[in-house]
Parts: sequence; structure tokens; C-alpha cells
Amino acid sequence: MSEQNLTGVEKVYVYEAPVRLWHWVNMFAIIVLGVTGYFIGNPLPTMSGEASDHYLMGWIRFLHFAAAYIFAIGFAGRIYWAIVGNHHARELFYVPLWRKSWWLGFIDELKWYAFLKKEPGKHEGHNPMAQFSMFFMFVLGSLMMIITGFALYAEGLGAGSWADIMFLSWVLPLFGDSNTLTLHAWHAMGMWLLVIFAIAHIYVAVREDVMSRQSMVSTMISGWRYFKDKR
Amino acid sequence: MSSSVETFYEVMRRQGITRRSFLKYCSLTAAALGLGPAYANKIAHAMETKPRTPVIWLHGQECTCCSESFIRSAHPLAKDVVLSMISLDYDDLLMAAAGHQAEAILEETVEKHKGNYILAVEGNAPMNQEGMSCSIAGKPFSEQLLEMAEHCKVIISWGSCASWGCVQAAKPNPTQSIPVHTFLAGKVDKPIIKVPGCPPIAEVMTGVITYMLTFDRLPELDRQGRPKMFYSQRIHDKCYRRPHFDAGQFVESWDDEGARKGYCLYKVGCKGPTTYNACSTVRWNEGTSFPIQAGHGCIGCSEEGFWDKGSFYSRDIEINAFGIEARADDVGVAAAATLGVAVAAHAAISAVKAAQKKGDE
Repeated sequence: MSEQNLTGVEKVYVYEAPVRLWHWVNMFAIIVLGVTGYFIGNPLPTMSGEASDHYLMGWIRFLHFAAAYIFAIGFAGRIYWAIVGNHHARELFYVPLWRKSWWLGFIDELKWYAFLKKEPGKHEGHNPMAQFSMFFMFVLGSLMMIITGFALYAEGLGAGSWADIMFLSWVLPLFGDSNTLTLHAWHAMGMWLLVIFAIAHIYVAVREDVMSRQSMVSTMISGWRYFKDKR
Repeated sequence: MSSSVETFYEVMRRQGITRRSFLKYCSLTAAALGLGPAYANKIAHAMETKPRTPVIWLHGQECTCCSESFIRSAHPLAKDVVLSMISLDYDDLLMAAAGHQAEAILEETVEKHKGNYILAVEGNAPMNQEGMSCSIAGKPFSEQLLEMAEHCKVIISWGSCASWGCVQAAKPNPTQSIPVHTFLAGKVDKPIIKVPGCPPIAEVMTGVITYMLTFDRLPELDRQGRPKMFYSQRIHDKCYRRPHFDAGQFVESWDDEGARKGYCLYKVGCKGPTTYNACSTVRWNEGTSFPIQAGHGCIGCSEEGFWDKGSFYSRDIEINAFGIEARADDVGVAAAATLGVAVAAHAAISAVKAAQKKGDE
């Protein structure tokens, strides 16, 4: 992650195939989850005619649950890959707050984004600011969504179901009272957290691709990080 | 006020109920409890052989809607429950005695039926002003509740007041009223059955009592302490308007075509999907109707803190964490829009800076 040892380096293989595949599958899952989730909370204008002619909410909910399974299983798979993959695969799941060099890099990035620095640092994997927001917004946010999501899913499966025993039983007390309306509200807030993350993530990735000293968007496609200079 | 050991059956016969009617009543009760036909005989046998159980029914801070509901039970009839199945020794609403005579019954019950009576509590106890917001016979209700709870066999928390706190415990809760289980926690260790609802369904109330008397054990309770047989499913799960929900057919406003056609009330705030109760199956007033059938969304009256969960006409709860009352989606949209503007501004400055840098080179 430090810039010194990157002098003269042209490219580094950062994201292995499973990580890249997961990234894009996850993106589609989040888009489906966000859109269908919004329409579960705020349904589309009413359908006319007979109830037997339509299954709109049914399909929206089916898509939400199907995408949720992909999202959750993908997340589990990503954790597995953090264990068996290269060291870059682990960066997503921790923030080295105990490392002085990490803090210096973090301040450095803040300065770069506040236009107080002419040139950014070089980074093989995530820069410290990216690592920070990826962990606290995306990883913890996703985890919260998976947990509250399965807890809410238990309402449909019914008392005594696996989701009820594994999730709702301990998740519900965390939210203050036994009224699941509160849980629904937090699940909706979680969606907005991920929407905010997505906006920031896309903007920063494109901006870094244009303005930083390394490749960004293409790295998540090819896996290779190219450096624009050899300093 | 009875210390007799008469059985239910004897009392019923004494009241001129024929054996035929008695057996019919047993089958109806079995059906109301969701039991198979074989259980009708078990119920009949239990009622023929078991002595009546004394019940003390206390009223704390409440509106008496639970009692109003209870006396309208059709299967079994409330009068059968009160006159035949239980020995309702104390209930200031239904009893003939008053004043000191009435209060004397409580002492007598503790003396004669120690550890054997059912304590039914309607309403809850206030903690503010040393409990004087609700006093009975010159003493805080909390004292009466504690005293009777200490010597009972089992406690039934009737309604949302006793179960969750309900309206008087809603913000800002001026009397600091707390539900029965919270009040007794650490003081009395007796099983508590919560029968929430504002009020609970009549047949659910009598059903819970009948079950306990018939089988001489508590009904199976869920994690919240509610009888599973009535509270394990949501209104939404058995709602007759559910096909309209799945189809995406909603009432958008109270006088629209959807409202006339009986579409789903989700968009006008129905709490059916988050409310665990038996309204959509047992219904009310001898199975005549229930709120959704009458065209109004469920208000979630049997759920914890339902007064503090936003409007009856919206499913979004208000989040007070931001200083103002806001819905989750409002907060989300505002945050996302603010970030969008910030991103655009940042991108513009970045572009200018980059151009300047190019110019310098």
C-alpha cells in the first residue's frame, strides 16, 4: 500500500477473478435489491382489473428475495476468498486503525480530496480513505442488510422457521421493542446507506481513474493495476 | 364469591343447561381452540370432573375495552365462562359487591386459594407520584397488583395496556406507566401470559381461559409470551385481501375505485404485515367482520408501542434521531440528494484544477 516500493513498477495483479466476478454480480444484486426494495416499501400505482390477472407485488418480492440470496451467498463467498485469496482480497474486511502509516495515508488522501495537494499518492490496492468507507459503509452496511433482511424474511416464513430461529429471534430485541415496524424502517435506512455508498463509490472510482496515478475502473475488469508514471 | 368445589358441569346443569347443549358447547370450544373433534370429549370430561378455578380480575390504568370485548364472546359465551367455567371472585366491573366488601374478597382469596387462582390484569400500573395516578380503595394500584401477583398461580395480561403499556405509556408517558411483566420483573416470578390487543378478540380471551382450565396447563407461548395458537401469524398472512396485495392492487385514497372494490390497504397504512393477531381468522363479533373487512387498515393495536409508531395511515415510522420527525425514505432521499450535489461540485472543481495543472505544464 505504501508508495515507496512502487517506484518503477508498471503494473500489479490486484483483483483475482473471483473478486472481480463477485464485484459485478454484487452490483447487479444491489441494483435489483434497491429498486425492488423501494417498491416494496412504496408500491407502484395500483393495477386495475381482477387480482388473478396480476402478480406484480408477488414478482417484485420474489426478485427481492432471489437477489437477496445472491447478495448474501456472494458476501459469504467473498469472506471465503478473503481467507484463501491474495492479500488484496483481505483489505475489504479490516481497517488498520492501529497503524501510523495508515493514518498518514488517510490524511494524505483527505488533503488530495480537499484540493490541498497537487499530486496524490500511489496505491496498489485500496487507498486508506477507500478502505475506511468500504469497511464502515459497505461491509458493515451489507452485513446489517443481510441480517435485518433475513429477520424480516422470517415474518413470511412464519414462527419456528429457520430464519425465525437464526435471525429474528435475536435481531428483534436489538431494535428496542418487538414491533417489527421498527425493523422495516431500519432496513429501509440501510438501503439509503448503500445508495449513498454507491454514489460516492462510482464518483470516486471514475475520478481516480482520470486524475490519480493508477488505473481504477479497468482494474476491476482485468484485475491489473497499471501505474501511469514510474516515479 | 365462591369457595365451592362444584365442577363446571354441575354448575351448568344447575343453571338448566341440558347435556346436549353442554356437549355442543364443548365441541364449539374445541373448534374455537383449533383442536380436533376428539378433543370435544376431553373438554367435556375435564368440565365434568374439575372444580372451578377462582379468577381475580384487576383493573389498573385502562379504558375497560378488554372487558367490553370479553363480555361479547360468542364461542364460548362470556356468561358461560363467567358463570360456569371460572369462579370470577373479583372483578370490579362485573361483581355485585362494592367498597370494603369487595376488597375483602381479595384477602379471602389469598387466604383460601393461595397459589391456585388465576390473576387476570387489565391495564397497568403507573410509577409516577408513587403510583397515585391510579389508586384503588385509597391505595396505589401497584400495591394491589403486587400483593395479588405474589400468591397467584398464573398471570394473564389482558390487552395491550397490561402487555405493552399501550396509550398511557405512549410518549411522553406522564404517569410513567409500565406493563405488568416489567413491573413484576425481579419481584414476582410467576408465568405471565400476554394477550395483547386494544382490545383483544373476545374469543381469544375466553379461548385462553378455556384452554388453561381444560388441559390444566398454560397454552404454548411465543418469545413475546403470547399464546402461539392466536398470535403466531400476522393479519397479513391470512388476510382475505392478500391476493390484491400480491397482484399490486391498492387503495390509494379512501374514496377511490380500489377502496370500493376492496383492494389491499397497504398504501393507506395497513399494519397487517407487522401485526401478529388472529383478527383475519377469528374476526370480531361472532365472526362478523374485522377492521380490514370494514375497509380500514389494521392499526397494529396488539403490537408493542403501536401508539408511537407513526400515523395509522402510513406504514413509515417517524425517526426522531435527527431532531425532526422524518420518515426513513425522507432521510435517505435528502442524504442522497445532498451527496449528489456535493459530488457534482467536487467534480467541477476537480475539472478546473486539472485544467489549471495542464495549463501550468
